[in-house]
Amino acid sequence: MTEPLLELDDLRTYFYTDTGVARAVDGVSFHVNAGETVGVVGESGCGKSVTALSILRLVRPPGRIERGSAIRFEGKDLMALDERAMQQVRGNRIAMVFQEPMTALNPVFTIGDQIAEVARIHAGMSRRDAWAKAVEMLTLVGMPAAEQRAGEYPHQLSGGMRQRVVIAMALVMNPALVIADEPTTALDVTIQAQILELLADLTRRLGTSVLLITHDLGVVAENCQRVIVMYAGEVVEEATTATLFADAHHPYTEGLLGAMPRVGSDAERLATIPGTVPPPTAWPPGCRFHDRCPYAWDRCAREHPPLYQLGGGHVSRCHLAEEPEHRAHPHPPLAAELGVA
Amino acid sequence: MSARATRATSFGALLLARTWRDPRSRVASVVLALVALAALLAPLLTPYDPAAQLDIVRLRSLAPSLAHPFGTDPYSRDVLTRVLFGARVSLSIAFAAVALSISFGILVGVVAGYVGGMVDVVLMRLVDAALAIPRLLLIIAVVALWGSLSVASLTVLIAGVGWFTVSRLVRAETLVVRDRDYVVAARALGTSPWRHVLPNVVGPGIVNATLAVGNVILLEAGLSYLGIGVRPPTASWGSIIQDGAERVSDLWWLTVFPGLAIVVTVFACNALGDALRDALDPRQLPLSASEDLVHRP
Repeated sequence: MTEPLLELDDLRTYFYTDTGVARAVDGVSFHVNAGETVGVVGESGCGKSVTALSILRLVRPPGRIERGSAIRFEGKDLMALDERAMQQVRGNRIAMVFQEPMTALNPVFTIGDQIAEVARIHAGMSRRDAWAKAVEMLTLVGMPAAEQRAGEYPHQLSGGMRQRVVIAMALVMNPALVIADEPTTALDVTIQAQILELLADLTRRLGTSVLLITHDLGVVAENCQRVIVMYAGEVVEEATTATLFADAHHPYTEGLLGAMPRVGSDAERLATIPGTVPPPTAWPPGCRFHDRCPYAWDRCAREHPPLYQLGGGHVSRCHLAEEPEHRAHPHPPLAAELGVA
Repeated sequence: MSARATRATSFGALLLARTWRDPRSRVASVVLALVALAALLAPLLTPYDPAAQLDIVRLRSLAPSLAHPFGTDPYSRDVLTRVLFGARVSLSIAFAAVALSISFGILVGVVAGYVGGMVDVVLMRLVDAALAIPRLLLIIAVVALWGSLSVASLTVLIAGVGWFTVSRLVRAETLVVRDRDYVVAARALGTSPWRHVLPNVVGPGIVNATLAVGNVILLEAGLSYLGIGVRPPTASWGSIIQDGAERVSDLWWLTVFPGLAIVVTVFACNALGDALRDALDPRQLPLSASEDLVHRP
């Protein structure tokens, strides 16, 4: 087997706040192969975005990536690089697409300037060449009248057009990996599909790997080969997209799937997962999901489950892997009984 | 849409356009332009030398007349001439001091806000300490230590005690901007975050600068009045008033005309600053609201 493009090993990113240590990312390991699109799903506050920022080492104090965390990319240990070398990776080999195209572009520079800046810094292009590159990139992402649009400011563009600009900026240097953090959440539904299709089409043509962070399983189903489900700063399940949708193992994944709206469903109301993600300063003991889990039994409150191998690369952090009989007796989870739902 | 029309819709251009739409700022700009023009063209507007004593016997302490519209002082100098040349001194001190203090204040504010940590703590506690001492007292202390000051060192001194507030404003703005997505995005793309932070935090600094020009004119006048600012025989608005300070009742033109110059200029500066602040008011953002509709094809 060839070496993966990106490999996280026991990534831990803690924030040292006044209210305690927030273990936002707490021992996350996964990999992304070359040319692969991997989805990372989970509710708000489960560590998806911090994982993304950690890969680029963009976590600011009071946040810190803990010792012992390993981020290997293209055979290099990113944790061992100095800030200068890291600058060479950012935007050049790994690029990021942000959630809010309204705020991911600087209001005081033209969009052409902002795209050209990346080319000037990483490829050492002259102003003129960089500008030509910017126009070329804008054309590539389907910006009509790219030449004129390059001279416009972000506020003159619609949300969808802005997100095209953000994608253009990310792809200027033809990076090996694009991290897309909720790239379509802020957009109209009709535009979402266009942007995802554009991103998928371009990365397929360029052979770019994508780490797609989202809370929308529909987006995952359409775009990803493999899915990583995160909860409370940990990976709780990992599987190919097909396996996950057909045969989800972790009760949290089940809950996420149940909360997905489906056309033709008889259900009057969408299922929800009772309770909320606990604060990262105080993850519950045992399984971090046990108070929201409909199958939880005494072992779950006591013993923190490891990642159980289910075969075929399917892993799940749930004791049901050892004691599947408990799945037969669903009950209202603790969180629902306590009325925190 | 032509490239030119596109260029005109930059953030700065929109800000200027919106400021200009405010009648206050138009009047203020015209007034300031006239004062600046008068200062620049002073030698052409008056036949006299500001320091020359014309005729100490016959032309001293004359009330305003056609030959001497602002009268003359006890040394027989033409007051109009001194007010015009005084404008040069007062305005250049004001603009230079403000430019210096604003630049320094912005620098300190951005560094404190962006770097954070101990750097921030140390810088801001220094600013706190400095802000706790009245500005005038600081200046008087320095003058007491160094004795008389040239116009240049007076300017540096005024600038040196004027950047504290700006640095606080800019620091606060930097704290907001540094976590904006486009700054994180700039870092994520390996480009310089400074280039992205700086233009977005100078707004409050610029408003403060416009208002500060008025304050510095007042400060300079006050210092000169106290005899620790611009030294005679150099004319500044404050020093002319000082010349007539003891005889306000009979030589009123020595205080009224430079006083008027100060009032009008400071008023105009403040009006312009207010208009600029209103134009930058976040409640009116995004700046594009109406302009956008016009410019979008």
